[in-house]
Amino acid sequence: MEKYRANLMLCAGTGCVACNSLKIREVLVEEIKRRGLHEEIKVVLTGCNGFCAQGPVISVYPEGIFYQKITVDDVPYLVEEHLLKGRPVERLMYREPEKKVAVPVMKDIPFFSLQVLRVLRNKGLIDPERIEEYIARDGYFAAAKALTQMTPEEIIKMVKDSGLRGRGGAGFPTGLKWEFCSKVRSDVKYILCNGDEGDPGAFMDRSVMEADPHSVLEGMIIGAKAIDATQGYIYVRAEYPLAVKRLSIAIEQAREYGLLGKDILRTGFNFDIEIYQGAGAFVCGEETALMRSIEGKRGMPRPRPPFPVHKGLWEKPSVLNNVETFANIPPIILNGAEWYRSLGTEKSTGTKVFALTGAINNIGLIEVPMGVPIRTIIYDIGGGITKGRKFKAVQIGGPSGGCIPESLIDTSVDYESITATGAIMGSGGMVVMDDLNCMVNVAKFFLEFTTDESCGKCPPCRIGTKVMLDKLVDITEGRGNEGDIELLQELSQDVIDTSLCGLGQTAPNPVLTTIKYFRDEYESHIKEKWCKAGVCGSLVTFYIDEAACKGCGLCLKACPQSAITGEKKQPHRIDQELCIKCRSCYEVCPTKFNAVKIGPADMLVKSEK
Amino acid sequence: MQRLKIEDLQKIKEEYKATSSLRTGGYRARVTVHMGTCGIAAGARNIMSALLDEISKSGVTDIAVTTSGCAGLCSREPMATVEIINSAPVKYSDLTEDKIRKIFKEHLLGGNIVEEYALVIGSETTY
Repeated sequence: MEKYRANLMLCAGTGCVACNSLKIREVLVEEIKRRGLHEEIKVVLTGCNGFCAQGPVISVYPEGIFYQKITVDDVPYLVEEHLLKGRPVERLMYREPEKKVAVPVMKDIPFFSLQVLRVLRNKGLIDPERIEEYIARDGYFAAAKALTQMTPEEIIKMVKDSGLRGRGGAGFPTGLKWEFCSKVRSDVKYILCNGDEGDPGAFMDRSVMEADPHSVLEGMIIGAKAIDATQGYIYVRAEYPLAVKRLSIAIEQAREYGLLGKDILRTGFNFDIEIYQGAGAFVCGEETALMRSIEGKRGMPRPRPPFPVHKGLWEKPSVLNNVETFANIPPIILNGAEWYRSLGTEKSTGTKVFALTGAINNIGLIEVPMGVPIRTIIYDIGGGITKGRKFKAVQIGGPSGGCIPESLIDTSVDYESITATGAIMGSGGMVVMDDLNCMVNVAKFFLEFTTDESCGKCPPCRIGTKVMLDKLVDITEGRGNEGDIELLQELSQDVIDTSLCGLGQTAPNPVLTTIKYFRDEYESHIKEKWCKAGVCGSLVTFYIDEAACKGCGLCLKACPQSAITGEKKQPHRIDQELCIKCRSCYEVCPTKFNAVKIGPADMLVKSEK
Repeated sequence: MQRLKIEDLQKIKEEYKATSSLRTGGYRARVTVHMGTCGIAAGARNIMSALLDEISKSGVTDIAVTTSGCAGLCSREPMATVEIINSAPVKYSDLTEDKIRKIFKEHLLGGNIVEEYALVIGSETTY
């Protein structure tokens, strides 16, 4: 086979593809050929590298040099300087937000060096569309071991001993679920993979399916052997076309190699996998609704019991696990339960993948051992809050989760500790918020989402969330009354207690946690009719502190309404009639002046009196 | 494609070992061919090609080849630095294709420094 002196790993995850990485590949290959380097340098398209905000990214091996924010125009220079002359291009390297010094090698960048990769073990290191590259990294060796050397009982025991809990959010022990299903007698059983992932701000599963689809297939094969299933389905939302494509290629290749289908690895074991594309309904991530959807019916949940391990897809015993859960399985089988438990806490073992987004410098996908403090994620890996602003809260667990405030930033990331704050681990979305966020508005945002996504089958969810949303809209628009907070809490409890499925049972979490930790914001909205963060337009006045204003003109330029007037070096003014409360002036005013202020909506009326 | 047996997994893994060690750092030795303007003008490209040819013919998978800029002694180009893990780097100068082929066989494979071509030993390292 061909020998290369260098491998260029170009990220082709959804984020980088959106930033033109496929075009960059074309130009890169062309340029390498023009320079006569095509026999010694190989360009590989990988799945998501994880550092999405810096995309498109390339890592150059064997040196491990990391380049970011590459454009088509950078390519000829990069090829000439680095690949031809061996001079790495400093201009395209990562710089730490505060120090401004270039960090050439990927493993020296804190965003990467502080992570521990198990689920994302092949991230950026393999071409996800070539099965051989997965095999070269020990791929399918775990399946081979499970099929030839282990009984179903031994597989289940190892998964149970590892302590692995379902990464979809609820954290149910995976081995136990497999054991329940393995004990049910049935002619047909199914193993299902949940790749529906609909939480705002979450992209963990998508990235695993894109970057390392074979790891999901391998986990499913091992699960199938454990429960004696013959057929598997991967449920992926159609909004994830790249994941669907890479999974389809992976399934095809695995079938050709005899790793799926009849007589796998000539062991006599039969198992095959199909992809089922969902229409992108949040409720279809719920297990019973997901199964109905595969059956071709409307995706609505049903009461449990009977649990799917007894009566699941087409009334047959079924195990449903999340993408990340399956990707965890092969290394457990290869390295053993003790190895897996060596990371994490006693009850939350191993690692967890998080999608880090929001007001944070290093947006991207990370994998950390369970038990690290949130502070480490936000400041050391995440590089701190954008523009040096103040950290306010982090929303964990998507619309089913909750907001954890700054005072709890040292909370350890594990199932028990996160649940104790009122949030949930969820599938691993982390949305970081700074002091420009209004927490009442955040609660409203997530409730708008769940209200839209409620399937409507049970009244507490269909009507309860709508009534709660109306109340939140009233509060953010200045129609809040005394007692509304208590009413919201009461309604929340009712919806939690009486909803049929997880969607309704968790929908009030963002409301409850924001009330718990940011009650003062609700009160100022209701009593003072004032949104201190300056988000809720009807409850805010922007004005300029004339003593602080240096007349730099930044706000004047930023205002889309030309509502700001003033001469250079003279204090500026905002015309309240023209102001649309877009907050642009507030955001551009340099922090050293801090001249644009936020006041209550009725402030000017009061002062005129 | 054939249907795999368990032994075949190991074969595929071995075959792709070179690719994967290049990316994960599992290599034993590294050769840096100096490719400043002076090096390229003096024929560093041919040195690199000869080296890659030797590596390919021998089937070794644990040697990485990289390039660097001018090594600072333009009159003695083409030059290359051979680094074997846990021993001092050796810089070779005035290279020809034949010389680099000999260095590959004796130093990189055999472990014996080709002293007659060596400029300096242990002066610098790129690790």
